[in-house]
Amino acid sequence: MPVTPELLREVALTEDEYRRAVELLGREPNLVELGMIGALWSEHCGYKHSRPLLRRLPTSGPQVVQGPGENAGAVDLGDGLVVVLKIESHNHPSAVEPFQGAATGVGGIVRDIFAMGARPIALADSLRFGPLEESRQQYLFHGVVGGIGWYGNCLGIPTVAGDVFFMPEYRQNPLVNAMCVGIAERSALVRARASGPGNLVVLVGADTGRDGIHGAAFASVEDPERSHRGVVQVGNPFLEKLLLEACLEVLQTGAVVAMQDLGAAGLTSASAELAARGGTGIELDVAAVPRRETGMTPYEVMLSESQERMLLVVRPEGLERVLEIFRHWELHAVVIGRVTDDGMLRVLDAGNPVAELPVRLLTEACPTYIREAYESEAIRARRAFDPDTLPDLSANDVLRALLALLRSPNIASRRPIYRTYDHTILTNTVLPPGQGDAAVLRVKGHRFGIALKTDCNPRYCLLEPRLGAQHAVAEATRNVSCVGAEPLAITDCLNFGNPERPEVYYQLVQAIEGMAEACTVLGVPVVSGNVSLYNETEGRSIPPTPVVGVVGKLSDVHRHVGLGFAGEGKVFLLGPQSATLGASEYLAQLHGIVAGAPPNLDLELERRVQALIREAIQRGIALAAHDCSEGGLLVALAESCIVGGIGGRFRVDELVAVNGRLDRTLFGEAGSRIVVQVAPGAEGAVLTLAHAYGVPVCELGHTGGDRFIVEGIVDCTLDDLAAVWRDGLRGE
Amino acid sequence: MRFGIVTFPGSNGDHDALMAVRLGLGQPAELVWHTETDLSNYDCIVIPGGFSYGDYLRAGAIARFAPVMQAVAREAEAGKPVLGICNGFQILTEAHLLPGALLRNASLEFVCDWVWVRVEQTRTPWTSQLAPGTLLRLPIAHGEGRYYVDEKTLAELERAGQIVFRYVDAKGNATPEANPNGSVANIAGVCNVRGNVVGLMPHPERAFDRLIGGDDGLQILASVLAVGLEVVRGRGGH
Repeated sequence: MPVTPELLREVALTEDEYRRAVELLGREPNLVELGMIGALWSEHCGYKHSRPLLRRLPTSGPQVVQGPGENAGAVDLGDGLVVVLKIESHNHPSAVEPFQGAATGVGGIVRDIFAMGARPIALADSLRFGPLEESRQQYLFHGVVGGIGWYGNCLGIPTVAGDVFFMPEYRQNPLVNAMCVGIAERSALVRARASGPGNLVVLVGADTGRDGIHGAAFASVEDPERSHRGVVQVGNPFLEKLLLEACLEVLQTGAVVAMQDLGAAGLTSASAELAARGGTGIELDVAAVPRRETGMTPYEVMLSESQERMLLVVRPEGLERVLEIFRHWELHAVVIGRVTDDGMLRVLDAGNPVAELPVRLLTEACPTYIREAYESEAIRARRAFDPDTLPDLSANDVLRALLALLRSPNIASRRPIYRTYDHTILTNTVLPPGQGDAAVLRVKGHRFGIALKTDCNPRYCLLEPRLGAQHAVAEATRNVSCVGAEPLAITDCLNFGNPERPEVYYQLVQAIEGMAEACTVLGVPVVSGNVSLYNETEGRSIPPTPVVGVVGKLSDVHRHVGLGFAGEGKVFLLGPQSATLGASEYLAQLHGIVAGAPPNLDLELERRVQALIREAIQRGIALAAHDCSEGGLLVALAESCIVGGIGGRFRVDELVAVNGRLDRTLFGEAGSRIVVQVAPGAEGAVLTLAHAYGVPVCELGHTGGDRFIVEGIVDCTLDDLAAVWRDGLRGE
Repeated sequence: MRFGIVTFPGSNGDHDALMAVRLGLGQPAELVWHTETDLSNYDCIVIPGGFSYGDYLRAGAIARFAPVMQAVAREAEAGKPVLGICNGFQILTEAHLLPGALLRNASLEFVCDWVWVRVEQTRTPWTSQLAPGTLLRLPIAHGEGRYYVDEKTLAELERAGQIVFRYVDAKGNATPEANPNGSVANIAGVCNVRGNVVGLMPHPERAFDRLIGGDDGLQILASVLAVGLEVVRGRGGH
């Protein structure tokens, strides 16, 4: 077969990689084989650039039941249950077709969870767009939010948490990261390992069409807009709902050995992964695959990314029961092959061989790269900017600045988004979106509950990726701690530009290093994740965006707090008293500057602050808790007042003395800071607790009334603040 | 009192209804598959929320042809209490067991929130134990919940006492601001002429426990138990 540069480009292989494949195979691959190798050796499937780096992340701990390498991670909850979690990107499809791109992202992550034998109980989404005032960004934003809602609402899985950030660098490359959490019995967890030669391979769900061919390769190239639209898949949440129920039911039969969702690179990837994990081989006949189009070639069937399909390994004696359950749910399920013991992935077409590749060649033999890394001079220069060179705010201008921050799309109320997501279905939502720093869910029949949240401040990551990634881990876990939950595990989604550029590879290396450090000190392992590279257009990369999704456990679900002040009480600041304006929302909104060094982070202090707030919540000392993040102290106080529907009177003279500047005191940012409202009579207890944990504490004032007052600086009605905060995301 | 909860392909509120009846009311409940043709075993029937048949064509438009709907119609005719929630309400209007139609929300967006509804009618088995004017706080979650009837039908519904719930504010006033979807006359739920078939867009089955935001929904689900008591008495009280 003549191998041309065009052909190699089509399957996204370099000439070196092609030569490697020929060498390993001992012959030239045919066209079908070439397509299969190209798909599995893509960045998306093969993690060519990230695999060597990901080894740095801590993945173990006494609570870990399943670490990375399966469809999702799993962590012990007690009472014989595990929580299953995974996050995944659908960035490239969403850039081209935001509604379906985001919808199928939700579909894919949900299949990863029920492939483990877990019932999905919650969704969260981490989204990034360009400036919302631009019409193209409005189109992307509404499309993505609409697609997530359409798919999740129809499936009946509540979308309860997430985060969204707007920054010009995401204009051409929006990010859509979907996270799903499920619950399973520990003893019933399913692994995607094709074991037992002679067992049958069953394909179930949607018929296979030409949609999404080369999607895996597509997700591994720059500039999604210029690629063709045929690679974006179309979702069918109704079918997925049937698939979800049917798959969970067939697992009860005991006849199913393994289950794997069909995602990127379709049948090729699913069968190779099943066989690789099982140390076996698989033989498939593409003629048995139900099609939705005529004339499809074996190449197309093997690489189709049609959605809502699952691959199962079934014991022959249980086949009839399994098929009967799928018939009940009105799903197509057919035997398309069997497990073998020869370590080969063999593809037949009506009995005639069309491809035969060693499974290991497709998986383990995927080349990995370690690239040159150095920091961009431009970013180094931006980080060196000193915000102290700017004039300070006068007290008269504080209210104007506060209103500007509250209406910033990065801070304003998320209600216009989460109001379009069903977040009450399944009747487990204890703390719904908008009410707490993280969502809290109950688990029926158990005393414990779980909390979840995603986070990543891309401005910090842009200016100092290692520190920014530490902040992402710290902020996500802090948010979970602020509702009273102990962080159990992380699932991460690493979104970066083209790793072949040293400036980007540097960001990737640094961010993973930073995440590893933070996870280690905070004692939270990474149990699953996803890497999305090549998020750039015309050489302009997105900011490094290592999104962190955290699941935490509340030992008693009743013992939680929200972020809104609850009635009258004293308010304290826990954590560092000095803040920084570098990389802050204030600099970006009020001065149009994205520069300066992000705030320092003392990870040991972070660990203590989180332990402190959890204990304060457990003991009933804290009535409300809110992480101080974008916008700093004054924004956090305003948000807690608005959400609680109660005003407050605060004083900051001590803090001004520490910080030296009004703008830094009120709007400067810092890690490890929590605003806490203390139960009347427990003021002494919170001070004692803070001293015991070695955490700085400072009294800020008390809640009450309907005015928002900072003595000598701000005096306005709560409604003035609430009005701008509520409408910030509407984009008027 | 035995609750039969109908599951269509794509129903997703069936399990919530099951939990609300079992955990919230402590009553027996079973899921009934859409191919079932006999519902005589159940003392009342719930058509739950979701996206039956993916809401393709129009919400509820395909489900009305499912075999189980003939059985639902038969039991409704016989006077058995039937409750349609959200998509279940849409199905009952498509099946002409309830008047009117549910259109896309005026905002053209799906809306998930907690709302206040006022009990307008207590002659139905689902509201018989509630005082007229009672305010209930319930979740809504729908994209096609805008209740519509023409003016003439609206007048008939008013006259016949078929308007069961209205969206109101926290003070009980049926204001435009309290109307989450543009429903005509703030209507959140209606019944048939006889009163035994009720449909509403809000989700009483999602409000059965204060831990998840409220338990006002139990007042609706519990009302029907009074009918159960009568049935039991009629059978000779065992």
